[in-house]
Amino acid sequence: MKYAFFPGCSLESTARPFDLSTRAVCRALGISLEDIPDWVCCGSTPAHASSDSLAIALPALNLQKAQAAGLPVMVACASCYARLRTANHRIVGAPEDRLRAERITGHPYDGGVEVRHVLDVLVNELGPDRIRAKVRRPLAGLRVACYYGCLLTRPPEIVAFDDPEHPSCMDELMAAAGAESVDWPFKTECCGASLSMTNSDIVCRLTHRLLCMAQEAGADCLAVACPLCQVNLDLRQADAGKAHGPFRPMPVLYVTQLLGLALGLPQEALGIDALAVSPKTLLAKRDAVAAGGAGGNA
Amino acid sequence: MNRGGSSGKGEGDMPQSIPWNGSGLMEEVRRCGGAQVSACFQCHKCSTGCPVGPEMDFLPSQIMRLVHLGAEKEVLASRSIWLCASCEACTTRCPMAIDIAGVMDALRILAIERRIDLPDARGKQFHRSFLGSVRRHGRVYEMGMMTAYKLRIGDLLSDVDKVPQLLAQGKLSLLPDRSGDIRQVRGIFRRAEEEDGKP
Repeated sequence: MKYAFFPGCSLESTARPFDLSTRAVCRALGISLEDIPDWVCCGSTPAHASSDSLAIALPALNLQKAQAAGLPVMVACASCYARLRTANHRIVGAPEDRLRAERITGHPYDGGVEVRHVLDVLVNELGPDRIRAKVRRPLAGLRVACYYGCLLTRPPEIVAFDDPEHPSCMDELMAAAGAESVDWPFKTECCGASLSMTNSDIVCRLTHRLLCMAQEAGADCLAVACPLCQVNLDLRQADAGKAHGPFRPMPVLYVTQLLGLALGLPQEALGIDALAVSPKTLLAKRDAVAAGGAGGNA
Repeated sequence: MNRGGSSGKGEGDMPQSIPWNGSGLMEEVRRCGGAQVSACFQCHKCSTGCPVGPEMDFLPSQIMRLVHLGAEKEVLASRSIWLCASCEACTTRCPMAIDIAGVMDALRILAIERRIDLPDARGKQFHRSFLGSVRRHGRVYEMGMMTAYKLRIGDLLSDVDKVPQLLAQGKLSLLPDRSGDIRQVRGIFRRAEEEDGKP
Protein backbone atom coordinates (compact mmCIF):
# COMPACT_ATOMS: atom_id res chain seq x y z
CA MET A 1 0.00 0.00 0.00
CA LYS A 2 1.68 3.20 -1.16
CA TYR A 3 0.49 6.81 -1.24
CA ALA A 4 1.80 10.21 -2.23
CA PHE A 5 1.53 12.10 1.06
CA PHE A 6 0.31 15.71 1.16
CA PRO A 7 1.32 17.00 4.62
CA GLY A 8 0.03 20.57 4.28
CA CYS A 9 1.30 23.64 6.14
CA SER A 10 -0.24 22.90 9.56
CA LEU A 11 1.55 19.57 9.81
CA GLU A 12 4.84 21.45 9.61
CA SER A 13 3.90 23.75 12.47
CA THR A 14 1.01 23.66 14.95
CA ALA A 15 0.08 20.10 13.98
CA ARG A 16 3.58 18.56 14.27
CA PRO A 17 2.15 15.77 16.46
CA PHE A 18 -0.30 14.87 13.67
CA ASP A 19 2.59 14.67 11.20
CA LEU A 20 4.75 12.54 13.50
CA SER A 21 1.95 10.19 14.52
CA THR A 22 0.53 9.75 11.00
CA ARG A 23 3.94 8.79 9.64
CA ALA A 24 4.72 6.52 12.60
CA VAL A 25 1.38 4.71 12.46
CA CYS A 26 1.55 4.23 8.69
CA ARG A 27 5.08 2.86 8.97
CA ALA A 28 3.98 0.42 11.68
CA LEU A 29 1.03 -0.75 9.60
CA GLY A 30 2.96 -1.20 6.37
CA ILE A 31 1.51 1.82 4.56
CA SER A 32 4.27 3.50 2.61
CA LEU A 33 4.18 7.30 2.25
CA GLU A 34 6.18 9.38 -0.19
CA ASP A 35 5.82 13.16 0.21
CA ILE A 36 4.57 14.99 -2.88
CA PRO A 37 7.78 16.68 -4.06
CA ASP A 38 7.77 20.48 -3.57
CA TRP A 39 4.13 20.50 -2.49
CA VAL A 40 2.57 23.92 -2.01
CA CYS A 41 -0.20 25.25 0.25
CA CYS A 42 -3.72 24.17 -0.77
CA GLY A 43 -4.96 27.75 -0.17
CA SER A 44 -7.35 26.69 2.59
CA THR A 45 -10.24 29.01 3.53
CA PRO A 46 -8.43 32.28 2.66
CA ALA A 47 -8.19 31.11 -0.98
CA HIS A 48 -11.78 29.91 -1.43
CA ALA A 49 -13.06 33.05 0.29
CA SER A 50 -10.92 35.35 -1.88
CA SER A 51 -10.48 33.89 -5.35
CA ASP A 52 -12.36 31.09 -7.02
CA SER A 53 -9.47 30.62 -9.47
CA LEU A 54 -6.83 30.30 -6.77
CA ALA A 55 -9.03 27.84 -4.86
CA ILE A 56 -8.94 25.42 -7.82
CA ALA A 57 -5.42 26.08 -9.09
CA LEU A 58 -3.36 25.60 -5.89
CA PRO A 59 -4.80 22.12 -5.17
CA ALA A 60 -4.57 21.24 -8.87
CA LEU A 61 -0.82 21.97 -8.88
CA ASN A 62 -0.30 19.47 -6.05
CA LEU A 63 -2.50 16.87 -7.71
CA GLN A 64 -0.54 17.21 -10.96
CA LYS A 65 2.64 16.45 -9.03
CA ALA A 66 1.04 13.33 -7.53
CA GLN A 67 -0.16 12.25 -10.96
CA ALA A 68 3.39 12.53 -12.25
CA ALA A 69 4.46 10.21 -9.41
CA GLY A 70 1.70 7.79 -10.43
CA LEU A 71 0.32 7.43 -6.90
CA PRO A 72 -2.98 8.06 -5.13
CA VAL A 73 -2.82 10.85 -2.54
CA MET A 74 -3.20 10.54 1.21
CA VAL A 75 -3.93 13.65 3.32
CA ALA A 76 -4.05 14.06 7.09
CA CYS A 77 -5.35 17.63 7.48
CA ALA A 78 -9.14 17.70 7.10
CA SER A 79 -9.07 21.13 5.49
CA CYS A 80 -6.42 20.24 2.88
CA TYR A 81 -8.33 17.03 2.24
CA ALA A 82 -11.53 18.94 1.52
CA ARG A 83 -9.72 21.46 -0.71
CA LEU A 84 -8.03 18.75 -2.81
CA ARG A 85 -11.28 16.77 -3.14
CA THR A 86 -13.22 19.92 -4.04
CA ALA A 87 -10.76 20.80 -6.79
CA ASN A 88 -11.05 17.28 -8.26
CA HIS A 89 -14.84 17.40 -8.02
CA ARG A 90 -15.02 20.68 -9.92
CA ILE A 91 -12.39 19.79 -12.51
CA VAL A 92 -14.20 16.53 -13.29
CA GLY A 93 -17.68 18.08 -13.17
CA ALA A 94 -17.22 21.33 -15.07
CA PRO A 95 -15.14 21.56 -18.27
CA GLU A 96 -14.72 25.33 -17.81
CA ASP A 97 -13.16 24.77 -14.36
CA ARG A 98 -10.80 22.17 -15.82
CA LEU A 99 -9.71 24.53 -18.58
CA ARG A 100 -9.24 27.35 -16.11
CA ALA A 101 -7.10 25.17 -13.80
CA GLU A 102 -5.00 24.09 -16.77
CA ARG A 103 -4.54 27.68 -18.00
CA ILE A 104 -3.43 28.83 -14.54
CA THR A 105 -1.11 25.92 -13.71
CA GLY A 106 0.13 25.57 -17.29
CA HIS A 107 -0.25 21.79 -17.21
CA PRO A 108 -2.99 19.34 -18.21
CA TYR A 109 -5.01 17.78 -15.41
CA ASP A 110 -8.18 15.67 -15.68
CA GLY A 111 -9.09 15.52 -11.97
CA GLY A 112 -8.30 11.81 -11.91
CA VAL A 113 -5.94 11.48 -8.95
CA GLU A 114 -7.56 9.67 -6.05
CA VAL A 115 -7.47 11.64 -2.77
CA ARG A 116 -7.99 9.79 0.53
CA HIS A 117 -7.94 10.86 4.14
CA VAL A 118 -5.75 8.89 6.53
CA LEU A 119 -8.86 7.78 8.46
CA ASP A 120 -10.45 6.52 5.26
CA VAL A 121 -7.31 4.57 4.39
CA LEU A 122 -6.98 3.05 7.86
CA VAL A 123 -10.62 2.01 8.24
CA ASN A 124 -11.80 1.31 4.69
CA GLU A 125 -8.57 0.19 3.03
CA LEU A 126 -6.60 -1.56 5.76
CA GLY A 127 -9.62 -2.41 7.92
CA PRO A 128 -10.16 -2.65 11.71
CA ASP A 129 -9.35 -6.38 11.79
CA ARG A 130 -5.83 -5.99 10.43
CA ILE A 131 -5.28 -3.08 12.81
CA ARG A 132 -6.59 -5.03 15.82
CA ALA A 133 -4.11 -7.78 15.01
CA LYS A 134 -1.24 -5.30 15.43
CA VAL A 135 -2.40 -3.75 18.71
CA ARG A 136 0.23 -4.40 21.41
CA ARG A 137 -0.99 -2.16 24.21
CA PRO A 138 -4.80 -1.83 24.01
CA LEU A 139 -6.32 1.45 25.19
CA ALA A 140 -8.27 -0.51 27.80
CA GLY A 141 -10.45 1.56 30.09
CA LEU A 142 -10.16 4.74 28.00
CA ARG A 143 -13.40 6.44 27.12
CA VAL A 144 -12.92 8.45 23.94
CA ALA A 145 -15.27 11.02 22.37
CA CYS A 146 -14.59 10.84 18.63
CA TYR A 147 -14.86 14.31 17.15
CA TYR A 148 -15.04 14.49 13.35
CA GLY A 149 -15.65 18.22 12.95
CA CYS A 150 -16.87 19.58 9.64
CA LEU A 151 -14.73 18.83 6.65
CA LEU A 152 -14.13 15.08 6.99
CA THR A 153 -17.78 14.39 6.21
CA ARG A 154 -19.13 17.53 4.57
CA PRO A 155 -20.29 18.16 1.96
CA PRO A 156 -21.02 14.46 1.33
CA GLU A 157 -20.98 14.63 -2.47
CA ILE A 158 -17.36 15.78 -2.27
CA VAL A 159 -15.79 13.90 0.64
CA ALA A 160 -18.09 10.88 0.94
CA PHE A 161 -16.32 8.24 3.04
CA ASP A 162 -18.65 8.30 6.03
CA ASP A 163 -22.12 9.47 7.04
CA PRO A 164 -22.26 13.31 7.12
CA GLU A 165 -24.44 13.55 10.24
CA HIS A 166 -23.48 10.43 12.17
CA PRO A 167 -20.05 9.20 11.11
CA SER A 168 -18.54 6.11 12.72
CA CYS A 169 -15.15 5.29 11.15
CA MET A 170 -13.13 6.92 13.94
CA ASP A 171 -15.23 5.07 16.52
CA GLU A 172 -14.45 1.79 14.73
CA LEU A 173 -10.77 2.62 14.78
CA MET A 174 -10.80 3.43 18.49
CA ALA A 175 -12.68 0.19 19.20
CA ALA A 176 -9.99 -1.71 17.29
CA ALA A 177 -7.41 0.04 19.48
CA GLY A 178 -9.19 -1.29 22.57
CA ALA A 179 -10.77 1.98 23.69
CA GLU A 180 -14.43 2.58 24.38
CA SER A 181 -15.94 5.28 22.19
CA VAL A 182 -18.68 7.20 23.96
CA ASP A 183 -21.99 8.02 22.37
CA TRP A 184 -22.33 11.79 22.12
CA PRO A 185 -24.29 14.21 19.95
CA PHE A 186 -21.64 16.73 18.83
CA LYS A 187 -19.47 14.55 16.57
CA THR A 188 -19.85 16.89 13.60
CA GLU A 189 -20.56 20.25 15.27
CA CYS A 190 -18.19 23.02 14.17
CA CYS A 191 -15.35 24.22 16.48
CA GLY A 192 -15.17 27.63 14.79
CA ALA A 193 -12.26 26.72 12.49
CA SER A 194 -10.25 29.71 11.26
CA LEU A 195 -12.41 32.14 13.25
CA SER A 196 -9.69 31.34 15.79
CA MET A 197 -7.65 34.10 14.14
CA THR A 198 -10.40 36.70 13.76
CA ASN A 199 -13.07 35.95 16.39
CA SER A 200 -11.54 33.82 19.13
CA ASP A 201 -14.52 34.67 21.39
CA ILE A 202 -16.78 32.63 19.08
CA VAL A 203 -14.31 29.75 19.07
CA CYS A 204 -14.31 29.77 22.88
CA ARG A 205 -18.12 29.60 22.97
CA LEU A 206 -18.20 26.69 20.51
CA THR A 207 -15.34 24.68 22.02
CA HIS A 208 -16.69 25.20 25.55
CA ARG A 209 -19.96 23.64 24.41
CA LEU A 210 -18.14 20.73 22.78
CA LEU A 211 -15.83 20.02 25.70
CA CYS A 212 -18.62 20.20 28.28
CA MET A 213 -20.76 17.82 26.24
CA ALA A 214 -17.86 15.35 25.91
CA GLN A 215 -17.36 15.57 29.66
CA GLU A 216 -21.06 14.99 30.27
CA ALA A 217 -20.95 11.93 28.01
CA GLY A 218 -18.26 10.53 30.30
CA ALA A 219 -15.28 10.90 27.94
CA ASP A 220 -11.70 10.90 29.26
CA CYS A 221 -10.41 12.55 26.10
CA LEU A 222 -11.30 13.71 22.62
CA ALA A 223 -9.96 12.12 19.43
CA VAL A 224 -9.65 14.46 16.43
CA ALA A 225 -8.38 14.27 12.85
CA CYS A 226 -8.03 17.95 11.94
CA PRO A 227 -5.23 20.39 12.91
CA LEU A 228 -7.58 23.33 13.38
CA CYS A 229 -10.00 21.32 15.54
CA GLN A 230 -7.08 20.14 17.68
CA VAL A 231 -5.64 23.60 18.26
CA ASN A 232 -9.02 25.20 18.93
CA LEU A 233 -10.06 22.49 21.39
CA ASP A 234 -6.70 22.01 23.11
CA LEU A 235 -5.00 25.42 23.24
CA ARG A 236 -8.02 27.55 24.20
CA GLN A 237 -9.37 25.53 27.14
CA ALA A 238 -8.23 28.06 29.74
CA ASP A 239 -9.72 30.96 27.71
CA ALA A 240 -12.99 29.03 27.23
CA GLY A 241 -13.20 28.25 30.94
CA LYS A 242 -12.63 31.89 31.83
CA ALA A 243 -15.32 33.12 29.43
CA HIS A 244 -18.00 30.48 29.91
CA GLY A 245 -17.43 28.69 33.19
CA PRO A 246 -14.92 26.15 34.49
CA PHE A 247 -14.76 22.53 33.38
CA ARG A 248 -12.34 19.66 33.85
CA PRO A 249 -9.38 19.99 31.44
CA MET A 250 -9.79 17.43 28.68
CA PRO A 251 -6.85 16.07 26.64
CA VAL A 252 -7.41 16.37 22.88
CA LEU A 253 -5.36 13.86 20.90
CA TYR A 254 -5.03 13.13 17.22
CA VAL A 255 -6.64 9.80 16.43
CA THR A 256 -3.27 8.70 15.02
CA GLN A 257 -1.62 9.45 18.38
CA LEU A 258 -4.12 7.23 20.20
CA LEU A 259 -3.73 4.50 17.61
CA GLY A 260 0.06 4.77 17.83
CA LEU A 261 -0.08 4.28 21.59
CA ALA A 262 -2.18 1.16 21.08
CA LEU A 263 0.32 -0.14 18.54
CA GLY A 264 2.97 0.18 21.23
CA LEU A 265 4.90 3.00 19.56
CA PRO A 266 7.03 5.20 21.84
CA GLN A 267 5.42 8.46 23.02
CA GLU A 268 8.27 10.58 21.58
CA ALA A 269 7.55 9.19 18.12
CA LEU A 270 3.93 10.35 18.41
CA GLY A 271 4.43 13.89 19.74
CA ILE A 272 2.51 13.08 22.91
CA ASP A 273 4.48 15.67 24.91
CA ALA A 274 3.52 18.47 22.49
CA LEU A 275 -0.10 18.85 23.57
CA ALA A 276 -1.34 21.83 25.60
CA VAL A 277 -3.49 19.72 27.95
CA SER A 278 -1.28 16.87 29.11
CA PRO A 279 -2.68 13.36 28.63
CA LYS A 280 -0.56 12.05 31.54
CA THR A 281 -3.46 11.07 33.84
CA LEU A 282 -5.17 9.52 30.86
CA LEU A 283 -2.20 7.28 30.13
CA ALA A 284 -1.81 6.44 33.82
CA LYS A 285 -5.42 5.24 33.79
CA ARG A 286 -4.72 3.02 30.79
CA ASP A 287 -1.63 1.57 32.49
CA ALA A 288 -3.55 0.95 35.72
CA VAL A 289 -6.26 -0.92 33.82
CA ALA A 290 -3.65 -2.92 31.91
CA ALA A 291 -1.97 -3.82 35.21
CA GLY A 292 -5.29 -5.19 36.45
CA GLY A 293 -6.17 -2.15 38.58
CA ALA A 294 -9.72 -1.00 39.16
CA GLY A 295 -9.76 1.63 36.43
CA GLY A 296 -7.24 4.11 37.81
CA ASN A 297 -8.20 7.39 39.32
CA ALA A 298 -8.22 9.75 36.36
CA MET B 1 -22.74 40.29 20.53
CA ASN B 2 -22.65 42.48 17.44
CA ARG B 3 -25.91 43.18 15.74
CA GLY B 4 -26.10 45.91 13.14
CA GLY B 5 -28.66 48.66 13.60
CA SER B 6 -30.80 47.95 10.57
CA SER B 7 -30.94 44.24 11.12
CA GLY B 8 -32.46 41.64 13.36
CA LYS B 9 -33.07 37.98 13.30
CA GLY B 10 -36.48 37.27 14.77
CA GLU B 11 -39.70 36.83 12.82
CA GLY B 12 -40.63 40.11 11.21
CA ASP B 13 -37.27 41.66 12.03
CA MET B 14 -36.11 41.72 8.43
CA PRO B 15 -35.83 45.26 7.13
CA GLN B 16 -39.26 45.91 5.72
CA SER B 17 -38.49 48.42 3.03
CA ILE B 18 -36.33 46.48 0.61
CA PRO B 19 -38.04 46.19 -2.74
CA TRP B 20 -36.64 43.94 -5.47
CA ASN B 21 -34.29 46.20 -7.33
CA GLY B 22 -33.14 44.03 -10.20
CA SER B 23 -29.48 44.69 -9.42
CA GLY B 24 -28.41 41.34 -10.81
CA LEU B 25 -26.87 40.35 -7.48
CA MET B 26 -27.89 36.71 -8.03
CA GLU B 27 -26.00 36.64 -11.33
CA GLU B 28 -22.99 38.33 -9.73
CA VAL B 29 -22.96 35.63 -7.04
CA ARG B 30 -22.92 33.00 -9.81
CA ARG B 31 -20.06 34.77 -11.57
CA CYS B 32 -17.97 34.63 -8.39
CA GLY B 33 -18.39 30.87 -8.12
CA GLY B 34 -21.53 30.86 -5.98
CA ALA B 35 -24.63 28.70 -6.43
CA GLN B 36 -28.07 29.39 -7.86
CA VAL B 37 -29.75 31.19 -4.97
CA SER B 38 -33.15 31.48 -6.66
CA ALA B 39 -34.05 27.91 -5.61
CA CYS B 40 -34.25 28.93 -1.91
CA PHE B 41 -37.80 28.73 -0.52
CA GLN B 42 -36.95 30.01 2.97
CA CYS B 43 -37.21 26.79 5.00
CA HIS B 44 -34.55 28.19 7.39
CA LYS B 45 -32.84 24.82 7.81
CA CYS B 46 -29.48 26.52 7.14
CA SER B 47 -30.08 29.07 9.89
CA THR B 48 -31.20 26.45 12.40
CA GLY B 49 -27.95 24.52 12.15
CA CYS B 50 -25.54 27.43 11.73
CA PRO B 51 -22.91 27.37 14.52
CA VAL B 52 -22.33 31.13 14.39
CA GLY B 53 -26.01 32.13 14.15
CA PRO B 54 -25.96 33.84 17.58
CA GLU B 55 -23.23 36.25 16.45
CA MET B 56 -24.58 36.96 12.95
CA ASP B 57 -26.50 40.10 12.02
CA PHE B 58 -28.42 38.25 9.28
CA LEU B 59 -28.95 34.49 9.45
CA PRO B 60 -27.98 32.45 6.37
CA SER B 61 -31.61 32.14 5.18
CA GLN B 62 -31.99 35.91 5.52
CA ILE B 63 -28.83 36.41 3.47
CA MET B 64 -30.36 34.16 0.77
CA ARG B 65 -33.52 36.28 0.79
CA LEU B 66 -31.58 39.53 0.62
CA VAL B 67 -29.69 38.18 -2.40
CA HIS B 68 -33.07 37.41 -4.03
CA LEU B 69 -34.09 40.99 -3.45
CA GLY B 70 -30.83 42.35 -4.81
CA ALA B 71 -30.17 44.11 -1.51
CA GLU B 72 -26.48 44.64 -2.22
CA LYS B 73 -25.83 47.21 0.46
CA GLU B 74 -27.26 45.11 3.30
CA VAL B 75 -25.66 41.85 2.17
CA LEU B 76 -22.21 43.04 1.22
CA ALA B 77 -21.78 45.17 4.35
CA SER B 78 -23.08 42.47 6.69
CA ARG B 79 -20.97 40.90 9.43
CA SER B 80 -22.49 37.51 8.66
CA ILE B 81 -20.59 36.88 5.45
CA TRP B 82 -17.30 37.21 7.39
CA LEU B 83 -18.48 35.16 10.36
CA CYS B 84 -19.33 32.12 8.23
CA ALA B 85 -16.81 29.45 9.31
CA SER B 86 -17.26 27.44 6.07
CA CYS B 87 -18.38 24.42 8.12
CA GLU B 88 -20.62 23.32 5.23
CA ALA B 89 -23.52 22.26 7.50
CA CYS B 90 -25.93 24.52 5.55
CA THR B 91 -24.66 23.25 2.19
CA THR B 92 -25.04 19.65 3.36
CA ARG B 93 -28.58 20.11 4.69
CA CYS B 94 -30.18 22.44 2.14
CA PRO B 95 -33.20 20.60 0.68
CA MET B 96 -32.69 22.49 -2.60
CA ALA B 97 -28.98 21.55 -2.72
CA ILE B 98 -27.86 25.18 -2.73
CA ASP B 99 -24.18 25.48 -1.84
CA ILE B 100 -24.85 28.15 0.77
CA ALA B 101 -21.27 28.18 2.10
CA GLY B 102 -20.17 28.77 -1.50
CA VAL B 103 -22.56 31.72 -1.74
CA MET B 104 -20.93 33.19 1.38
CA ASP B 105 -17.54 32.89 -0.39
CA ALA B 106 -18.93 34.63 -3.46
CA LEU B 107 -20.33 37.44 -1.31
CA ARG B 108 -16.97 37.94 0.42
CA ILE B 109 -15.27 38.10 -2.98
CA LEU B 110 -17.84 40.65 -4.20
CA ALA B 111 -17.50 42.77 -1.07
CA ILE B 112 -13.75 43.07 -1.66
CA GLU B 113 -14.14 43.61 -5.40
CA ARG B 114 -16.54 46.50 -4.80
CA ARG B 115 -14.44 47.98 -2.01
CA ILE B 116 -17.31 47.88 0.46
CA ASP B 117 -16.69 49.62 3.76
CA LEU B 118 -16.60 46.51 5.97
CA PRO B 119 -18.03 46.55 9.50
CA ASP B 120 -15.03 44.51 10.63
CA ALA B 121 -11.88 44.11 8.53
CA ARG B 122 -10.36 41.21 10.47
CA GLY B 123 -11.57 38.51 8.07
CA LYS B 124 -10.27 40.35 5.03
CA GLN B 125 -6.91 41.08 6.70
CA PHE B 126 -6.48 37.48 7.81
CA HIS B 127 -7.10 36.18 4.29
CA ARG B 128 -4.73 38.80 2.87
CA SER B 129 -1.97 37.95 5.35
CA PHE B 130 -2.39 34.20 4.82
CA LEU B 131 -2.32 34.38 1.02
CA GLY B 132 0.59 36.86 1.14
CA SER B 133 2.57 34.25 3.04
CA VAL B 134 1.68 31.53 0.51
CA ARG B 135 2.64 33.79 -2.37
CA ARG B 136 5.99 34.56 -0.78
CA HIS B 137 6.98 31.09 0.44
CA GLY B 138 4.70 28.64 -1.37
CA ARG B 139 3.57 27.51 2.08
CA VAL B 140 2.20 29.30 5.12
CA TYR B 141 4.91 30.66 7.37
CA GLU B 142 2.80 30.95 10.53
CA MET B 143 5.02 33.31 12.48
CA GLY B 144 5.31 35.77 9.59
CA MET B 145 1.63 35.43 8.67
CA MET B 146 0.45 36.07 12.22
CA THR B 147 2.76 39.06 12.66
CA ALA B 148 1.57 40.59 9.37
CA TYR B 149 -2.07 40.01 10.35
CA LYS B 150 -1.67 41.46 13.83
CA LEU B 151 0.09 44.53 12.48
CA ARG B 152 -2.72 45.05 9.97
CA ILE B 153 -5.45 44.89 12.61
CA GLY B 154 -3.41 46.81 15.19
CA ASP B 155 -3.67 44.11 17.82
CA LEU B 156 -0.27 42.67 18.63
CA LEU B 157 -1.08 41.34 22.07
CA SER B 158 -3.92 38.83 21.74
CA ASP B 159 -2.75 35.21 22.06
CA VAL B 160 0.91 36.15 22.62
CA ASP B 161 0.65 34.20 25.88
CA LYS B 162 0.47 31.03 23.79
CA VAL B 163 3.61 31.68 21.74
CA PRO B 164 6.30 30.49 24.22
CA GLN B 165 4.63 27.09 24.64
CA LEU B 166 4.18 26.70 20.88
CA LEU B 167 7.84 27.57 20.30
CA ALA B 168 9.01 25.20 23.03
CA GLN B 169 6.98 22.34 21.57
CA GLY B 170 8.38 22.95 18.08
CA LYS B 171 4.97 24.00 16.77
CA LEU B 172 6.10 27.41 15.60
CA SER B 173 9.25 27.99 13.66
CA LEU B 174 11.23 31.21 13.58
CA LEU B 175 12.18 30.68 9.94
CA PRO B 176 9.95 29.95 6.95
CA ASP B 177 9.88 26.59 5.20
CA ARG B 178 9.80 27.22 1.49
CA SER B 179 8.35 25.06 -1.20
CA GLY B 180 10.89 24.29 -3.91
CA ASP B 181 8.30 25.34 -6.45
CA ILE B 182 8.03 28.98 -5.48
CA ARG B 183 8.34 30.34 -9.04
CA GLN B 184 5.40 28.24 -10.15
CA VAL B 185 3.35 29.46 -7.16
CA ARG B 186 3.97 33.09 -8.00
CA GLY B 187 2.91 32.43 -11.58
CA ILE B 188 -0.28 30.81 -10.30
CA PHE B 189 -1.17 33.84 -8.17
CA ARG B 190 -0.54 36.15 -11.14
CA ARG B 191 -2.59 34.11 -13.60
CA ALA B 192 -5.39 33.52 -11.07
CA GLU B 193 -5.72 37.30 -10.74
CA GLU B 194 -5.94 37.60 -14.52
CA GLU B 195 -8.61 34.89 -14.64
CA ASP B 196 -10.64 36.50 -11.86
CA GLY B 197 -10.48 39.83 -13.69
CA LYS B 198 -11.96 38.38 -16.89
CA PRO B 199 -15.50 39.58 -17.61
